[in-house]
Amino acid sequence: MTTTQEKFSNAPASSSDYVLDKLDRALINLLQHGLPVCENPFAQVAQEVASNESEVIERINNLLAHKVLSRFGPMFDAACLGGAFTLAAIAVPEERFDEVTEIVNSFEQIAHNYKRDHQFNMWFVIATELKEEIAEVVKAIEAKTQLSVLNVPKEEEFYVGLYLPV
Amino acid sequence: MSVSTYPSKELSALERAYILLTQNGMPVIPQPFHYIAEQLDISVEQALAMTKDLKQRGIIRRIAAVPNHYKLGYRFNGMTVWDIDDEQASKFGDAVGKLPFVSHCYLRPRQLPNWNYNLFAMVHGTTPEEIEVYRSQIKDLLADVLQDRGNKLESYNMLTSTKILKKTGLRLKNKTA
Repeated sequence: MTTTQEKFSNAPASSSDYVLDKLDRALINLLQHGLPVCENPFAQVAQEVASNESEVIERINNLLAHKVLSRFGPMFDAACLGGAFTLAAIAVPEERFDEVTEIVNSFEQIAHNYKRDHQFNMWFVIATELKEEIAEVVKAIEAKTQLSVLNVPKEEEFYVGLYLPV
Repeated sequence: MSVSTYPSKELSALERAYILLTQNGMPVIPQPFHYIAEQLDISVEQALAMTKDLKQRGIIRRIAAVPNHYKLGYRFNGMTVWDIDDEQASKFGDAVGKLPFVSHCYLRPRQLPNWNYNLFAMVHGTTPEEIEVYRSQIKDLLADVLQDRGNKLESYNMLTSTKILKKTGLRLKNKTA
């Protein structure tokens, strides 16, 4: 599936560092909080940052093309996607780290995987369509790696969201 | 319980189509809801009403820009983990979640003897010193409820990420049903 954003961003992508000016910063800060739901939302945004609609649209597309923004659009609650999730970890012996990374990442149910500085040095999210599949994936990872998996699903959620002021 | 599950909120076929259309992003054009209406073959009024309804039901958290942490200079993150009194865990978890530098905050089960932490809070900063400051602010907040198990287990820790090994988004699958 091609992303909608790719189709509409016509600014050239570049890996070089993009220098943010005052308008970019104002837009990044404002747009993390949310876009109004109306026919011409960017015109409304433009008013708040003392700019105009076409300038605002060009800037946002530029920020996307330069990957300063990784995405723009509705942020869905994972609940609406259905399925089951858990956070899991393995204490991987350093000499086996690459091999175990390859095994764990080979499961399509692994969404994120991070190396962290702790005895439990590999932390990953398992996402499955069915609840029962979580246990199956955990077992399969344990069987393939011969290491035990620490499984810590969330019991209560207090906050998900992040505001990064620039 | 060994899994977090969600009751699948009831979605209409049209709502599923809306999510499939926009989960990778929406176009930044003067009239994005006109685009959505056209794609879904509904009126602009319907597209706006549906968006507002999805927001109200909490299915859409917000329509927003997701910044790239690294490009904005937020190169450091720490997964802070805490062993706190179960009786007080909800109350203090809520307080930690309200701190502005915390992006995710959860209670999770302990897995003794190896893992005694029940509260997880993710912090982000532009320098290692900054995330240390955040950790100490959370520690101050939790001072009275931190557990002392009197053995080798610490009452808190911060695990910083040293490498991204895999990162893919969570997606609604396109079911043809």
